[in-house]
Amino acid sequence: MSTLTQNNKRRVLAEKLIEYALAAATGITILTTFGILFSILFEAIEFFKLQSFFYFMTGTEWTPGVEGAKFGAVPIFTGTLVITFIAIIVAVPIGLFTAIYLSEYASKKTRDIAKPIIETLAGIPTVVYGFFAAITVAPFIVNSFASIGIEASFNNALASGLVMGIMIVPIIASMSDDVISSVPDHMRKGSLALGMTKSETIKFIVLPAALPGIISAVLLGLSRAIGETMIVVMAAGMRANLSFNPLEDMTTVTVRIVDALTGDSAFDSPDTLSAFALGLALFVFTLILNIISVYTIRVFKEKYKSSNL
Amino acid sequence: MSNNINNHNPFYDPTLKKRHLSDKIFKYMAMSALLISVAFLLVFFTDIISKGLPSYKQAYIELPVKYNTETVADSSFAIDEKHYELVSRAWYRDMPKYVSENPEVMNKTPIEWVLADDEVDQYMKGHQNTLTDEQKTVVEELKKQGKVESKFNTLFFTTGDSKIPENSGFLASAVGSILTILVCIAFAFPIGVMSAIYLEEFKKDNKMSQLIEININNLAAVPSILFGLLGLAVFINFFGLPRSSALVGGLTLALMTLPVIIVSGRTALRSVPASIRQAAYGLGLTKWQVVKDHVLPLGMPGILTGSIIGIARAMGETAPLIIVGMIAFIPDIPTSFTQAATVMPAQIFTWAGMPEGAYIERVSGAIMVLLAILLTMNAVAIYFRKKYEIKW
Amino acid sequence: MKIDVTKREMDNKPLEVKVHTEDLCLWYGDKQALFDISMDIYKNKITALIGPSGCGKSTFLRCLNRMNDLISGVTIKGQAVIDDKNIYDSDVDEVSVRKKIGMVFQQPNPFPKSIYENVAYAPLKHGIVKKGADCDNLVEASIRSAGLWNEVKDILKNPGTGLSGGQQQRLCIARTIAVKPEVILMDEPTSALDPISTEKIEELMLELRKDFTIITVTHNMQQAARVSDYTAFFHLGKVIEYSDTETIFLNPTVKQTEDYITGRFG
Repeated sequence: MSTLTQNNKRRVLAEKLIEYALAAATGITILTTFGILFSILFEAIEFFKLQSFFYFMTGTEWTPGVEGAKFGAVPIFTGTLVITFIAIIVAVPIGLFTAIYLSEYASKKTRDIAKPIIETLAGIPTVVYGFFAAITVAPFIVNSFASIGIEASFNNALASGLVMGIMIVPIIASMSDDVISSVPDHMRKGSLALGMTKSETIKFIVLPAALPGIISAVLLGLSRAIGETMIVVMAAGMRANLSFNPLEDMTTVTVRIVDALTGDSAFDSPDTLSAFALGLALFVFTLILNIISVYTIRVFKEKYKSSNL
Repeated sequence: MSNNINNHNPFYDPTLKKRHLSDKIFKYMAMSALLISVAFLLVFFTDIISKGLPSYKQAYIELPVKYNTETVADSSFAIDEKHYELVSRAWYRDMPKYVSENPEVMNKTPIEWVLADDEVDQYMKGHQNTLTDEQKTVVEELKKQGKVESKFNTLFFTTGDSKIPENSGFLASAVGSILTILVCIAFAFPIGVMSAIYLEEFKKDNKMSQLIEININNLAAVPSILFGLLGLAVFINFFGLPRSSALVGGLTLALMTLPVIIVSGRTALRSVPASIRQAAYGLGLTKWQVVKDHVLPLGMPGILTGSIIGIARAMGETAPLIIVGMIAFIPDIPTSFTQAATVMPAQIFTWAGMPEGAYIERVSGAIMVLLAILLTMNAVAIYFRKKYEIKW
Repeated sequence: MKIDVTKREMDNKPLEVKVHTEDLCLWYGDKQALFDISMDIYKNKITALIGPSGCGKSTFLRCLNRMNDLISGVTIKGQAVIDDKNIYDSDVDEVSVRKKIGMVFQQPNPFPKSIYENVAYAPLKHGIVKKGADCDNLVEASIRSAGLWNEVKDILKNPGTGLSGGQQQRLCIARTIAVKPEVILMDEPTSALDPISTEKIEELMLELRKDFTIITVTHNMQQAARVSDYTAFFHLGKVIEYSDTETIFLNPTVKQTEDYITGRFG
């Protein structure tokens, strides 16, 4: 009797210890988030002790590494937005129509072939996309525009944007595919039975029903585009150029972060610390997008009680 | 269609013509979206392969080589003046070492295949090069005599980075990748699986667990470069781990991969039916015994699938590793986790910035190897998923 | 089991055939589900299709507005003639067929849109009305005909999915009649509803019979007896017996029909 309770006690203790160990492992993800936030925040504060926060947010000149360096991030933000915008313009129609084709039209056989193709696009490392953008796409764009007499930079925003768009296609396509597939079939039947064509049913019934999920997918793609580094480091420019012409060179937040941290300035110089100020902006912006995205998909899940998302 | 038939067809509706047309257009638009992806992949692979295949060949020249005390002292005298510039600088550099390892060649003048300069190699492949007309005539002469030949580029697969293009290879970066990924797996896999078990089997439903949930979802979408900033600030500046090392790179990638493993792990555990848990509890097992002996083995294929995909992604990652210094120039193959190292994607990145055509060729060649590895990993993951897809 | 068959005031108008099928056969892949169905279905009558599960009654119903076209691997032979035209002829457009022959499903399936949009959606797309007063009138008339107007007239902007099950089903009927079909197919329209909602739908069916030809599939024999003018008994993909409802329920000529109606199998 007493050995039994002793055994039990030991068992209960062991169980508790295991549970604590598991909880501690889970805690690491929390630590990671705070680690990212604080490591960026502290250095960013150092930066803003040396440079004006107001000028950082509103200034239009970014000239690090020189006497009287200026750190106005507006041209960097606009460069990021222009390239992201091009990427989204490419990725949303291709991704969404691919999802529509896969979920509404494709036979099982076509699906079995097409899904791995989309997954292959997702499996290509971004450095490889970057190389392709810089070595193949950018010269192609320059030559094409030269043939109609328009001059384009070899670091044009268009090349990075286009390739980044292709990179995001699988994110939007596979998430939208899941969402569209989980719109209940009886809605399609209801519309078809009213004498609607298939495309009318998709456009007016299926897509509006799937809209929250699609928005969530687009936001996730947007956040990926803004945070994408290698493609722009390799194919976009270094110069903070305030312009909206996609044929000009422009730079992005991520490019400037890489440039600041791989340069040979001292770690506590504003040149290097500017990377953390930009990192903070990137963190805050993508965090907002991610949270909205998670929230909208939750709304969709609750609406259709779909668990495969 | 004649009017007569229309009169007999109560279902004839001329307004439908337009609607059917737009129906067709919509379908073809959807189909062409998929075709764009296919076309991109075709162009992409053709481009990379056509650029990369030549990197597996390298030009060698058959020349008399003078081995004597004078040439060992200054290897530039080992080759006659006419052909001096066609031979790789790497060959001149390594020649004295070769002689000291093979003393029997001393004072002989054997005819040997020596590594050609990258410009000769590019000329042989019909690519852009900087050879002078004079040098081209010499190469053409050699070609006629069969004394210049493209051989399999062993160096590319067996050496590290080099400032001399024809002497550079990706083995050092491949070993760096393996070391980095080993660290990443050793750290991310156990912690990821443990977190998944905790969240799926142990956690109580409260505010805290909701927070963890949102946190993991968010972490999965944080731009990878920010993990680099974390690695720089925490592992290098705070803990003082060696910069550029596989250890720091691996830990950084592990934090990035963790959310992927946790999310797929949870999905896998959730798909194990409650009936199995109930049956095991019915036998009087404790919670941990149930999880360890019954739930985890059944969820393992799903966990592995997600982990392989996450690790493949980490293996292709570059941005955070640049931030922690893994783009150093690494000519020698690293042998420990704390030594400075580089990884394949970073090697691709540094080569892509070089002006010589031989490097561009090597970038594409290395990309082919990297893609082959990554796509194989993905295929294995998909195969796993298909094979162990159990419908409960 | 005793079943009351409602005595119906039979009008003196001569019977007019609205739908006529001739040797209609259907296969799912290589499994035959319908065998040589030949029936005449009369205009402005309610025809009930009854029979045990898997007997082919729903499959037959879906043949009449070509909804089976949507299922892959289905082969159909024979004829389904509506208004002297075989709807499976190559010059017949299935979209136009579905416009003329509406359908109400077992599970109420309103669109995730407002009540108003649920009804206005199809007529607007078909060009039956234009946006504005015309459309408002059609929506009101259709919802009135479905007996739902008093319940929803103040909440037309609310989502249709927020209504109760019975209201949703009447909204689906309103949506169907807004397209002005000639035939309405109902696939077990009340099996997902409570008894009170069921009663309302049944009353509505009797009302709609004046303007439409109704063909309904039902599991509930009392319902068939209560509302239908004609009844067809299906078994294993064949029509075993088809006659006016009174005959089927009171004097079935085939033993199988009698067994089914009296609850001995099925």
